[in-house]
Amino acid sequence: MNVLHFVNAFFSDGAHWQGYDGIPTRLAEHIRYSLLALVLAAAIGLPVGLLTGHYGRGGNTLALIATAGRALPSFGLLVLMFILLGFGMVPVMIPLVVLAVPPILVTTYEAVRSVDPSPVDAARGMGMGESRILFHVELPVALPLILGGLRSAAIQIVSTATIAAYVSLGGLGRYIIDGLYQRDYEKVAGGAALVAVLALATLAVFWAVARAAVSPGVRRGG
Amino acid sequence: MDSVTKRYPDGTVAVDRLSLEIPDRSITVLVGPSGCGKTTTLRMINRMVEPSEGRILLDGADIQEQPVNTLRRSMGYVIQNAGLFPHRTIVDNIATVPRLLGWGRNKARARAAELMERVGLDASLAKRYPYQLSGGQQQRVGVARALAADPPVLLMDEPFSAVDPVVRKGLQDELLRIQDELGKTVVFVTHDIDEAVKLGTMVAVLRTGGRLAQYAPPAELLSAPADGFVEDFLGADRGIRRLSFFASGGLRLQKSPIVSVDSTAEQIAARVTPGVPYLLVTDPDGRPLGWGEPDELTAGSPDPDRLLPHGRPFEYGSESLRAALDGAVLSPTGWAVAVDGTGRVVGVVSQQAIGEAIRSAHAGGRSAAGTEAGAEAGVAG
Repeated sequence: MNVLHFVNAFFSDGAHWQGYDGIPTRLAEHIRYSLLALVLAAAIGLPVGLLTGHYGRGGNTLALIATAGRALPSFGLLVLMFILLGFGMVPVMIPLVVLAVPPILVTTYEAVRSVDPSPVDAARGMGMGESRILFHVELPVALPLILGGLRSAAIQIVSTATIAAYVSLGGLGRYIIDGLYQRDYEKVAGGAALVAVLALATLAVFWAVARAAVSPGVRRGG
Repeated sequence: MDSVTKRYPDGTVAVDRLSLEIPDRSITVLVGPSGCGKTTTLRMINRMVEPSEGRILLDGADIQEQPVNTLRRSMGYVIQNAGLFPHRTIVDNIATVPRLLGWGRNKARARAAELMERVGLDASLAKRYPYQLSGGQQQRVGVARALAADPPVLLMDEPFSAVDPVVRKGLQDELLRIQDELGKTVVFVTHDIDEAVKLGTMVAVLRTGGRLAQYAPPAELLSAPADGFVEDFLGADRGIRRLSFFASGGLRLQKSPIVSVDSTAEQIAARVTPGVPYLLVTDPDGRPLGWGEPDELTAGSPDPDRLLPHGRPFEYGSESLRAALDGAVLSPTGWAVAVDGTGRVVGVVSQQAIGEAIRSAHAGGRSAAGTEAGAEAGVAG
């Protein structure tokens, strides 16, 4: 009854590497769900966070929304959406996006607000427009923190996207859910290991993005 | 500035009916205790703060008539702690405004490199980031950035108050030198009256509540403070500081009691001067070594280690009576040493002679101040 043994058995079975239930297919599905959810959450969280951070208003409302979002159980929301909307991608995306928006929104807001006011004052005094100040001064300086928010959102999405399998979609959650039904614990352990590896890979991707996108001038400590 | 007032929504008046004529191509300093509205005043000039009442005219045109960002790009802006962009290299920081004005990248960078040289920054710093520079260097970058698009106006908000006194003095000297070369219209805010007196062509002293207490050239400020507030703000030693505005060129130097260290006893004896109890010994190049008593000096060749210290020599002509007096006070003999630009002794002068020069300088100053006081009284009457 050794977990490592299960994992090993799962990966050494050649049948697990091909077909519609093979690892490459499930992994690709999982990545697709996660990316879609992250993009949607970022599309909501980043602009709102940047604008509220820049104008320094709406912090309390944000905190309220974020807390409410965090308090919603993803699984419960999934089932509710499935009942309301039926089979499809939308009921899966809603809980994932609700899960990911709060960390993106709150860290972006805090990151922009915590930018040293003196370069911003200097930028304004030199005749930069507000949007230029936001995108050319505040955003690059706040970027390490903003990426941190995106990173924790992405990791939460990757681990939570397993619930998609519960409403008959694919992804790595298939192995865990099917394995549990079939009492095939090799499958469960293998699926869980794959999710963990994908989460670590996500970390690596964010590390690489941060190296490429963050200016060396603000990288210290970031 | 024409009767400008800034009133905040909560009723606080930051600046109260302030009218100032800021001369072109010179440094005007706004000075006052904290809360006197000096920064607010400065920020109204580039419309970072909009006045509640009154107008600000630039070359006769109301600044409200220009688009705000066009106005700001035509004014260099330097703030405390420099406010550099941490994510940009030094050269790109300096190139900010030229880039905003639509210059090409290479042209802007070339201009930035030129400015780094002008403000005394080594070219090797160009690719560094702000956090890699000292506070003084950052402030130089701040000045270079403000000058990058060659704006006619430079606004400086306590730019040197966050650096240590030695660096601050260097930056002040540098600013005066750059100002000599470029002739900008500089408006400079500080809470440091010494900085104001040193840098300002005109100094505006503001009092709490945003009222103008006095607007005058620094020498006049020191000689004739308008009221008790200005006098208190100037501090106790304004008499001494005022000496900074009197040239030392008017001092009558004694040239005889000076001997070279390699002189013979006869040469030394020939130099003994009535009324001067000591002889100044110089090295063979004419640089001062110290004071010796004539008897000891003629007894053998002068021993540099046994000479009395000569204090800090002052540069004759270019330095002020304040430097001369300082030299005399520092020397145990009570005599100051005058040197030329290369550090060679041109003469010596006693405290007494400096005192006489101060008296006659004050006499000149007093008559000028007297007529002004009279004029004011006339207006009041």
